[in-house]
Amino acid sequence: MLRRGRRKTWLLGTFLCLVLVSGVEAGAKSEHSHGGHQQQNASEITGIPIVKFKWHHVEMPYTVALWVLVAGVCKLVIEANHHVTTVIPESALLICFGFILGGIVWGADKVQTFSLTPTVFFFYLLPQIILDAGYFMPNKLFFSNLGGILIHAVIGTCWNAATVGLSLWGCHMGGAMGDIDIGLLQYLLFGSLLAAVDPVAVIAVFEEVHVNEVLFIMVFGESLLNDGVTVVLFNVFDAFVSLGGGAIDAAEIVKGIVSFFVVAFGGALVGVIFGILLSLLTRCTKNIQIIEPGFVFVLGYLSYLTAEMLSLSAILSITFCGVCCQKYINANMDEKSVTTVRYVMKVFANGSETMIFVFLGISAIDKTIWVWNTGFILLTLLFVFVYRFIGVFALTWIQNKFRLVPLDFTDRIIMSYGGLRGAVAYGLAVLLDPNKIKERPLMIGTTLIVVYFTVILQGITMKPLVTWLKVKRAALSEIMLIEKVQNKVFDHMLVAIEDISGQKGHNYMRDKWKNFEGKWLSWILMKPSARKKHDYVFNVFHKLNLKDALDYVAEGECKGSLEFVRNETAYIDFKKKFGDDFSDISMPEIGIDMGDTTIANPYARRDTVPSVSLEMHEQTMNGLRESEDINTHHLLQQHLYKGRKQHRHRYSRSHFDVNQDEDEVQEIFQRTMRNRLESFKSAKMGVAPPKTITKHPKKDTQQKMPNGKSTDKTRSYHSGDEDFEFSEGDSASGYTGSFPRVTYTAGASHLQSNPVRSLFQLVLRTGLHARPGPHGPGADPALAGRGGAGQRHRRPVAESPGRTALDPSNLRRLAPLRISTRSSDSFTLAGVDPAASSRDRDDLPPPPSPPPTYKPN
Amino acid sequence: MGSNKSTIQYIPDVKELIEETGFSAAHIQRLFERFDLLDRDQMGTLRVEDFEAIPELAMNPIGDRIIGAFFSSGKETVDFPTFVRVLAHFQPTDSNRTKNSSQEPYNSPNRKLQFAFQLYDQDRDGKISRAELLQVLQEMLGMQVTDEQLQSIAERAIQEADLDGDDAISFDEFKKSLEKVDIDQKMRIGFLS
Repeated sequence: MLRRGRRKTWLLGTFLCLVLVSGVEAGAKSEHSHGGHQQQNASEITGIPIVKFKWHHVEMPYTVALWVLVAGVCKLVIEANHHVTTVIPESALLICFGFILGGIVWGADKVQTFSLTPTVFFFYLLPQIILDAGYFMPNKLFFSNLGGILIHAVIGTCWNAATVGLSLWGCHMGGAMGDIDIGLLQYLLFGSLLAAVDPVAVIAVFEEVHVNEVLFIMVFGESLLNDGVTVVLFNVFDAFVSLGGGAIDAAEIVKGIVSFFVVAFGGALVGVIFGILLSLLTRCTKNIQIIEPGFVFVLGYLSYLTAEMLSLSAILSITFCGVCCQKYINANMDEKSVTTVRYVMKVFANGSETMIFVFLGISAIDKTIWVWNTGFILLTLLFVFVYRFIGVFALTWIQNKFRLVPLDFTDRIIMSYGGLRGAVAYGLAVLLDPNKIKERPLMIGTTLIVVYFTVILQGITMKPLVTWLKVKRAALSEIMLIEKVQNKVFDHMLVAIEDISGQKGHNYMRDKWKNFEGKWLSWILMKPSARKKHDYVFNVFHKLNLKDALDYVAEGECKGSLEFVRNETAYIDFKKKFGDDFSDISMPEIGIDMGDTTIANPYARRDTVPSVSLEMHEQTMNGLRESEDINTHHLLQQHLYKGRKQHRHRYSRSHFDVNQDEDEVQEIFQRTMRNRLESFKSAKMGVAPPKTITKHPKKDTQQKMPNGKSTDKTRSYHSGDEDFEFSEGDSASGYTGSFPRVTYTAGASHLQSNPVRSLFQLVLRTGLHARPGPHGPGADPALAGRGGAGQRHRRPVAESPGRTALDPSNLRRLAPLRISTRSSDSFTLAGVDPAASSRDRDDLPPPPSPPPTYKPN
Repeated sequence: MGSNKSTIQYIPDVKELIEETGFSAAHIQRLFERFDLLDRDQMGTLRVEDFEAIPELAMNPIGDRIIGAFFSSGKETVDFPTFVRVLAHFQPTDSNRTKNSSQEPYNSPNRKLQFAFQLYDQDRDGKISRAELLQVLQEMLGMQVTDEQLQSIAERAIQEADLDGDDAISFDEFKKSLEKVDIDQKMRIGFLS
C-alpha cells in the first residue's frame, strides 16, 4: 500500500511536471503567434475588450516563476522517493530530471530555449548559496584549518589547471585527438576553468554523506576559497589567449601573479567590510525588527556585486561577509529575526541549488553544444580525475608534517574523490568567447560531461566508498551542556599548556584573537545588551532551555480536551498543596517561559496571550474578553500541566535515565501518598484539607523561602472570591461552552473557573516571583466554602501520580533565565494587582521582595 | 641558550624520561630549555610563583587549576621529570606504545581524561561535586552570567552526566559524558622539537 502510494505520488509528480512544462511550451508558442496576431490587428481594435490575454506582458516573470515551481516540484518528487535518494544523491537525480525536462523542451521547440546562462547563474543563483555557506560556516573549524584549506585552494587549483592543460596539450601534440584547433594557451584556459572544485556540488553531495567535520571543511573550504584562484586563472589565460602567445612576457606573468593576490585578498576584504557594515547596521535596527532580516540578504548581495564590479572575487567576498557577520548579527538581531534569516537563507540556497542542477541537466539537451571528440573528452576526464588525486596526496603529504591531527589515508582518498566539478565550471565555459576559441562547443560539452561524471558518478559512489573505507563519520549527537563546558575547559587548558611549555602555537593565536575580539570587536559591533549574555556555554544552555520549553508545549498540545478537565482540577489541587512548597518558583517560571516561547507557536494568533503580563491583567479587568481569555488560559494551563508528564517522558527518551535519581523518586512517592491521604480525608469529612498543607517540610533545600510567614499572610486574603465576583458579571456561557464537563451548575463552573483563572493570572503575572501567590492559596477558602463542589474538585487528586513530573528539580533549570529578566516587571505588576488593592488592604502581603524568596545560594 | 646546562646530557635520567613520556630527545631538550627559563632562581625546581610569572597564564581563567595540576599533592615544587610527565599528557596518542609498555602511557585517552577530570576535582575525592563544577563555571563564564544562571547551568550539566543520582559526576560518568568527543584530538598540542 505504501509502495503504491509512493508510486502514485511519483506518477502524479511527473505528470504535474509534464503538464507544467507543456503548459509553458504551449504558452510560449501561442504567445508567438498571438503576439504577432495582436500586432497585426492592433489598429483594428474598435471597442473596449473586456478580457485580454496578455501573455507577452507577463512572459518573462511568468516563465521564471514557472521554472522555479517546476524545479521545486522535481525536488518534491525526488524526495518523495526515499529509497531512491538513499542510493543516488539528490543532485544527480535533479540533473536527470533536467535531462527529461530538456528533452521535452527540445521536443516542443526543436531548439533549446532554456539553458543556464552565466548571467543568471552568477548573479541570481550562486550568491545566495555562497552566502548561506558563509553564514553557516563553522568558524572555529574553518579558521583552524585555514592553512590546509588555502594550500589546497591555491596550490591545488593551480596544479590542477596547469597539469590538465599541459597534459591535454601533450596528448594533442601526440595526435590523440585528431584534428582540432586548440593551442597551448587555450588548453591552459580550459584547464583553469575545470580546475576549481565546485561549492554547490560539494555541498550537495557531502551533505548526504556526513563525513567527519575536518574532512568536510577541507573539501568545502577549498571549494569556496579556490574561486579567487579560478577567477584569476581564467581571466589571465583569457587575456593571454586574446593577446596571443607572442605578446606574453615576464611582465605579464608577474602582473598575473599580482592580480591573484589583489583579486583574492581584495575580494575577501570587500566581504569583511560589508560584514562589518552589516553588523553595525543590525546594532540599530531595534525599531524595525520586521525588516531586519532583509538587511542581511541585501548587504550580502551587495558585497557580491561590489566585488564583481571591482573585478575581485565575488565568491570570496560574499563568503567572508557571511563568516564575519554571523556572530554579531546573531547577537544583535532579535531571536525571531535570526530564525527568519536562517530559514530564508535555507530556502534561497536550497531553491537555487535545485534550479542549478535542473538547469545543468536541461542545458545538456542542445544539439548545438555537442561536438564529440572521444579522445579529448575521455582524456579530460582521466586527467581531471588523476591529477586531483596526485595533487591532493602530494599536498596532504606535505601538510601532514605540520598538522597536529594528520589526515589519514582514507581522508585523503575522500578529499581527492570529493573534487567535484559543477556549475561554476560550466558557467565559465559558457563565458568563453566563440570568436577567440573555435572549439568552444567542444569545451562546453566536455565540461558538462566532466560535471556529470563527477556529480552523478562520483556522487553516487561517494557514500559506498565512505562506508567501505570506514571513514570517520560526523558524530550525530544531541548537544550536551557538560560537553560544551568541557570543550571550553579544553580550550583554556591547551592555551595554558602552550604557555607553560613555551609553544606559541595555534591555540595561542586563537586565544590572542579571542581576547582582541572580545575587547574591541564585540564592543564595536555588538549591542551592549547582546554583549552581556554573549557566552558560548550560556547560549547552549539557553538553547536547551528553549528547546525544552517548546517540546513541552508541543507535547502538551497533543492531548485531547477530555483529559483536560481532570487536569484542571488536578492543577488546582496541585497548586493548593504545593504552591507553598515550591510551585511559587517552578510554576510561574514555567508559565512565563511558555508565554514567551509559545508566541512563535499556535498561540501567536491569539492576541490575548500577551507577552507582557500587564496587558493581560488589563484585559481581565475590563472583562469584555473574559471568555476568550479564559479559553486561552485553559489552553495554556492544559499545557502547563500536561506537558510535565510529557516533559518527564522526554527525558527518558534522551539518555537521561528517568528513575535514576533516587531522591527524586522518593520525593515524588511521598507527595503522591500525601495527596491520596488528603483527598481521602477531605472526601470523608466533606471539608477541604486544613492549613496543614502549608506546613509541608521544605523539600527543596535550594529554595530558602520564608515560607511560613508569607503563606500566613496570603491565607487570609480572599482574592479567590474577588475574582469570582467579577467573573460572574459575564455569563458562564462562554466558559462552560469551552468545557466538556457541562454537568456542573453555572455556579460550580464558575467556581471552577475562578481559581483556575486566578492561578493563571498568578502564573503569568507574578512571573518568577517566589512570592507565594496570593490567589493560589486564596482559592482554598472559596472552594471550602462551597462544600460539595469543593469536594468534587478534590477527588481527582488521586490521579496525582501523573503529576509527578512537576518535580521542581526538572523545571527549575528553566527558571533563572527568566528570573533575571522578568523579576522587575512582575514586581511592579504585583504592586498594582487589583485584587490586592481592592480587598483586605491590611492583609496585603508585604511588597513582594524577590531576592529573599529565590536565593539559590 | 647555548649554555652547557641546557644540553641533553646534563638532564638527569634523560633516557628513562624519553622512554616513559614518549617525547623525543629534541623535545626534551626544548622543554628543558623552557624549564630552565621558567626557573628564575635556578633551583632546578619550579614553584607556583614561577608559573604565575608567565604573563599569559595569569589571564587564563583556569590558569590556577592548570598550575595546580603540576603539583602533586603536598609538594611545593615541580622538578623537571614531573614537568615533562605532565606535559606528556598532551602528546598525540600513540597506539604502538600502549601495547608494549606495561604502564599506561600519559598520552592515552584515559590518562588525558583523568588529567581533565582532576582539574575539576579539586578535593580529589574522585567526584565532581556541584560546587566544584560551579566553581569552574564561575571562573570561565565570569561576569557575563549571573549567579542563578550559573547555578542552573551547573545543575543541568550535573543532571546530564549524573547517572547514579548522587548529584556528582564520578570519573566513569565523566568519561561517559565525553564519549563522543575525541579526547586525543582535543588534548593535543604541537610540541616543537
